[in-house]
Amino acid sequence: MRSVQALAVAVLSVLALSNVSHAGEPKSGGILRIYHRDSPGSASIHEGATYSVNVPFMPIFSNLVIFDQHIAQNSVDTIRPELAESWAWSSDNKTLTFKLRKDVKWHDGKPFTSADVKCTFDMLMGKSQQKFRQNPRKAWYEQVNDVTTNGDYEASFNLKRPQPALLSLLASGYTPIYPCHVSPAEMRTKPIGTGPFKFVEFKANESIKLVKNPDYFKKGLPYLDGIEFTIIPNRSTAILGFVSGKFDMTFPTEVSIPLLKDVKSQDPKAVCVVEPNNVSTNIIVNSSAPPFDNIDIRRALALALDRKAFIQIMFEGQGDIGGTMEPAPAGLWAMPKEMLESIPGYGPDIEKNREEARKLMQKAGYGPDKHLQIKVSTRNIAVYRDPAIILIDQIKSIYIDAELDVVDTAQWFPKIARKDYSLGLNLTGNAVDDPDQSFYENYACGSERNYTNYCNKDIEKLFDQQSAETDINKRKKLVWEIDKKLQEDVARPIIFHARTGTCWQPYVKNVTVMSNSSYNGYRYEDVWLDK
Amino acid sequence: MFAYIVRRLFLMLVTLFGISVIIFVLLRIVPGNIVDILFDAAGFVDPADKANIERELGLSQPIVIQYLHWIGGLLHGDFGYSYVSEKPALEEILPRIPITARLAGLALLFSASIGIPLGVISAVHQGSRLDYALRVVSLSGLSLPSFWLGLLILMASVSMFGTMPIFNPNPTTWLEAFTIYAVPAAAVGFRSAALTMRITRSSMLEILRQDYIRTARAKGASEAAVNYHHALKNAVLPVITVIGIEAAFLIGGLIVTETVFNIPGIARFLVEALRWRDYPIVQNLVMLIAVVVVVVNFIVDMLYAAIDPRIRFGD
Repeated sequence: MRSVQALAVAVLSVLALSNVSHAGEPKSGGILRIYHRDSPGSASIHEGATYSVNVPFMPIFSNLVIFDQHIAQNSVDTIRPELAESWAWSSDNKTLTFKLRKDVKWHDGKPFTSADVKCTFDMLMGKSQQKFRQNPRKAWYEQVNDVTTNGDYEASFNLKRPQPALLSLLASGYTPIYPCHVSPAEMRTKPIGTGPFKFVEFKANESIKLVKNPDYFKKGLPYLDGIEFTIIPNRSTAILGFVSGKFDMTFPTEVSIPLLKDVKSQDPKAVCVVEPNNVSTNIIVNSSAPPFDNIDIRRALALALDRKAFIQIMFEGQGDIGGTMEPAPAGLWAMPKEMLESIPGYGPDIEKNREEARKLMQKAGYGPDKHLQIKVSTRNIAVYRDPAIILIDQIKSIYIDAELDVVDTAQWFPKIARKDYSLGLNLTGNAVDDPDQSFYENYACGSERNYTNYCNKDIEKLFDQQSAETDINKRKKLVWEIDKKLQEDVARPIIFHARTGTCWQPYVKNVTVMSNSSYNGYRYEDVWLDK
Repeated sequence: MFAYIVRRLFLMLVTLFGISVIIFVLLRIVPGNIVDILFDAAGFVDPADKANIERELGLSQPIVIQYLHWIGGLLHGDFGYSYVSEKPALEEILPRIPITARLAGLALLFSASIGIPLGVISAVHQGSRLDYALRVVSLSGLSLPSFWLGLLILMASVSMFGTMPIFNPNPTTWLEAFTIYAVPAAAVGFRSAALTMRITRSSMLEILRQDYIRTARAKGASEAAVNYHHALKNAVLPVITVIGIEAAFLIGGLIVTETVFNIPGIARFLVEALRWRDYPIVQNLVMLIAVVVVVVNFIVDMLYAAIDPRIRFGD
């Protein structure tokens, strides 16, 4: 009897397994329809600094290496070969050599070789005749001396000093390989890549269309016949389009928490995920002019923040508190909780923090009878304006009366660059969850995106030390120390790290939303439609 | 009449010249240019790169030279290149014109075909329940913002029919092709119809009190003949003026409707181009709209003479 039962269980198990296997068998065909939140300025990923470019154009390209598209948390361990078959560091960790695939063709039929790798990075480093119209990530390759080739299928990055993070930077969606034989201007309008999809057309303010690349070097992929992005800047229209079935997927990480509720109530079968997106909302402080040249006032400002209130109001509690690096568990480099809470302003007793802040303000000459009058400048975009208003409300408790100063997008960075502000509310997105990207970009002396001109030579030495450290545990401890110091210095007080939602219809398979970057997960080569 | 037309044509040219100067100067007074926007996306401004791009796009030249370059190009049929898409401006603008023209045309048709008859009915039945009901409808038409009405229509469509009439460049059925224009046209035309109705009503009320209307009735003309042949024909002049102004307004006024219904017409394109400070697109589009407005006004003036023979254009 027992053996009969066992046989029945075994048969049922096999049937069940075969059923699951059948249900999970990818199907080829179909067009994935996604709405796009705005009209990107160009199709050139290297010239863009917003994921509005990455999402529609990443499927056209290939990198040397890429973060695994189905592991939400990007890390060195999830890096996979793409145009490279393999890679190796030299014994002194100063040369990174890639062996390249030999079976890759550009979408126009020309063969891909190591010369294309060299061309791409020469342009990024500003060493070639051809120039990008803008080159926002030139600083990523600060430690690269040059890129050399050895035959058609080997390329090496020769570094000034060891930089283990380079591999992560190369695995970002921001680091596709461009063809030598196509000019940067053409890449802005009619990009040619080696990726799973070919560019068909980009009609500004209307649509972007991609079609399957039948000669893709990964045989059998992609499954989709194409991807169509309809540009719908109006968020309400876009969401209605999704729930009415006009789109298979929302624009990634673009559904706010309150909107997510609407989607689920109107389309209960929709699959929605909420993930951190490694974008911090922070305060930029002009410490080169009164009143914030006074460290006491800067510290008081940091002590006045009630971060939980921001998260509760804006995200119904679904946000994270942290330092510069994205908070755990999604973030790889986050300070331990105890360390974070030891930083002034991060402790749980908000009233106690504010009492301390008021004392600092009184020391600086302000009090109940003499309030400090300032303006909080920010961009005229909701995700900037809303936290700025909460900030203004919170700093009232420490004798600061602030007025909101909304700035047109075209004027935001020129205004910041000429230091024409006291306090600014800013958002900082990180393409790669690695301190090298974040620290050098936002806090290094002389960095273009170090808006506050914070410059601390001692910390800069620590930046270099962590950057060259190959032992990951030692590096982490250095990163925590740096992050803590940056918060204590009120270099750019971090208010919160946001979380956002992405939804798709249940028949869309194999979509993974990255949890520590919004820039890297859009190759879509094995996404398929179960229709 | 001939001298009047020549004079009007000359005035049209002067007006267009004035508009070209105003739009050109205003665009350059607005803070920031395309390069600032490009660098905004990058998160910083590199002064050397900024200067290079400005030189490449001709933005570093004196403003007078830039203006002459633009006008000279226009006169030779060269509309320049979009700074953003790097395609010829005309190539970007032309495909969008029929979309907006269709939408505006349908909205005007909706406005006239609903507004005029309801205005007449309201005037003829002045003080009745029907008149009050129609006046409430017209007031609500003037009060409801078209973006709000548009969103309500979209929400209702999704809720009731499980679909929504947003733009599709390749409609599969004639019904879809009609719906994607007719629904937004109705949303935007509702306000316009309300205005037309109110103007028609007040104009009709004035005409209906005239002696010749009483005479027509005394001579035994039917109510329909009095209302539609004698009264409406004379009451329609201010209505034509309003429809003319509405036609001009609609080109620019469609921005919100095009955004809500995601229609890739010229109104939305203009706003987007302005956001990017894409001067060639904005300048040429505004000039195009100005030409349309000036020409429509000219046609309205000519229609006055055709409809009311008492109007003579003085020499």
